[in-house]
Amino acid sequence: MSGGAEYSVPVGPIHAALEEPVLFNFKVDGERVVDVEVVPGQNHRGVEWMGMQRNPVQVIYLAEKICGICTVCHAYSFVRAVEHISGIESTPRADYIRAILAELERMHSHLLWAGIAAHEIGFDSLLHYTWKVRENEMDLREMITGNRVHYDMFMIGGVRRDIKQDQIPKILETLKYYKDNFEKLGKLFLQDKVIKMRTQGVGVLTKEDALKLCAVGPTARASGVPKDVRQDQPFGAYLDIPVKAITPDALTGEVHGDVYDRIIVRLLEVKQSIEIIEECLKRMPEGPILAEPNITRLLIQLKKAHGEGIGRHEAPRGEVYHYVRMDASDKVTAWKVRAPTYANVMPWVPMLKGQQIADIPIVAASTDPCMSCTDRAVVVKEGQKPYMISGEELHKMSVEKTRRMMA
Amino acid sequence: MKLVKSLDKSLWVFHVNSGSCNGCDIEIVAALTPRYDVERFGIKLVGSPRHADVLLVTGPVTKPMRERIKRIYDQTPDPKVVMCVGTCGSTGGVFYDSYTLDGPIDDVIPVTIYVIGCPPRPEAIIDGVVKAWAKLEELRGETKKKEGKK
Repeated sequence: MSGGAEYSVPVGPIHAALEEPVLFNFKVDGERVVDVEVVPGQNHRGVEWMGMQRNPVQVIYLAEKICGICTVCHAYSFVRAVEHISGIESTPRADYIRAILAELERMHSHLLWAGIAAHEIGFDSLLHYTWKVRENEMDLREMITGNRVHYDMFMIGGVRRDIKQDQIPKILETLKYYKDNFEKLGKLFLQDKVIKMRTQGVGVLTKEDALKLCAVGPTARASGVPKDVRQDQPFGAYLDIPVKAITPDALTGEVHGDVYDRIIVRLLEVKQSIEIIEECLKRMPEGPILAEPNITRLLIQLKKAHGEGIGRHEAPRGEVYHYVRMDASDKVTAWKVRAPTYANVMPWVPMLKGQQIADIPIVAASTDPCMSCTDRAVVVKEGQKPYMISGEELHKMSVEKTRRMMA
Repeated sequence: MKLVKSLDKSLWVFHVNSGSCNGCDIEIVAALTPRYDVERFGIKLVGSPRHADVLLVTGPVTKPMRERIKRIYDQTPDPKVVMCVGTCGSTGGVFYDSYTLDGPIDDVIPVTIYVIGCPPRPEAIIDGVVKAWAKLEELRGETKKKEGKK
C-alpha cells in the first residue's frame, strides 16, 4: 500500500536482526523502503590507535581481536604486512598451516552465516541443524590451535603451533563428515521452497552496482564479479594450490545477484575450502614452523625494520587489507585496516531500496556484515596534534566521495 | 552453591552487544544450539529487554553504547540479573587503553555474574547461567517475602 506519505523508521543500534550494534535509518512509504541511511560507529573501539602504542608482536594479538569470527584473516594480513617491511619470510610449512587455518575459518564462517540467514527468515530448525554441523569443525580448530574462537596461531615469520602427524587422520575424518553432509545442506538451502520464495529476486545487487560500489567477497562474486585475492594475487600456499573465484553461474548457469545467489556462492565455497585443506595436507612440506623461534631476537630484528608494508587476504567476507608503517622503533608507527564489510556497506543501499520492511533483516544479513571489523579509527596528524576521525565521519566522507565520482 | 531443585519459570535472556568482537556472541549462540542446547531448559534469547529476566552483556562498552546500555537496563523488569560475558566486558581486556571506551560494564550498570574468557567456552557460559538462575530464585524469594509481610 502506498499512502504517499513517507515515514522514517530507525532500526538499531540494538536490534533483533543482527548481533552487532549498527543503526539504519529507513524512509518508508507503506511497506516499501524508499531510502536507507547506514550509521555505523557504535562498535568503534579504536583498535588502530591502540596498535600504535604497542610493538608488532603485541599487535598480532590485538589484530585477532578485531573480529571473533574472522580472526585468522586480520592476523594473517597484519603478519604479511610486517613481513613485507622486515623481509622476514615465513617458512614453507607455516604457509601451509596458515592456509589450512584460513580455509577452516572460511568453512566455519560460511556455515555460521547460513544458520543466521535461515534464522532471519524464521527457519530456526535449519539454524540449529547448521550450527550442529558447524560444531565438528570447531572441535577441529580446538584440536589444532587450543581454542575454539580466538586462537592466536600467527606469528611474524610463521605460526605458533604445528599440525602433528597424529592429528591428520582426525582432520581428514572431519572433512569427510562435511563432504557427506554437503549434499544434504545443499538440498536444504537451495531446493527448499520457503528459502527460494524469500531469497530469489530479493536484495538484488547488479554487476554494475557491485563494480561501482566496490563490493568485495561473496557479495561481489554473487553479482558475477569474479574477484578473489587468492585467485588474483596468490600468496603463501595458494601459489601451489590455485583457487578459482566462484560465481553462482557455476551451479545455475545464470547470475541474478540476489540473496539466493549469495547462498549458492557461500555453499560452493565451503566445498572449495574442504578441497583446499585436503590438498594442503597432501602437499605440506616438513620443516620448521617459525623463521625466528627466539622472540627476543625477533623483536630486535623488527626494531630495525623501516618502511611501509601491505598485507592482503581473502577473508570469508571479502578482501582484508592492512597497511603498516614502521620507523625503526619498538612501536608500529601507522596501522590501517580496511575490513571487507566496510566495502560492503554501500551496496546495502541499492539492495535495500524498494524492498519491503520485512525483507530488511535477510537483505542486511546477506552481505554477512561484521561491524566489529568495520568500526575503527584513523589518526590524521595536523601539525603536532593527533586528530581522530571516527568511523561515522569516515563513512560520510566516503559517501560524499562516491557521490562526487558518480556526478 | 546450591542448585535449584525445580524451575518455576523459563529463563529469558536479552543479549546486548556493547562493542564486542563477536567472539563471545557466537559462543552464546553455540550454547543455544544443539551441541550444548540450553534451549531444552526453556532458556532462549528474546527480542526485547521488557521480556527478559537476564541481561547478557558482551563487549567493552564503547562511548555511543553507554547511554543505550543504561536505557536497556532500566527497561528490564525486576527481579533481574546482569551477566557479563567475556574478558573485555569484565576488565577491558585487550582494549584496556582505548580512548573510546566507557567500560568495563560494571562502571555502567551493576553486574551480578562475570564469565571470564576470551571468549569463554559454551560450558563456562552455561555455568554462568546456572549461577544466574540461583541468584534469580533468591531475588524472587525476597520479593515474595516482602509481599507476604504486606
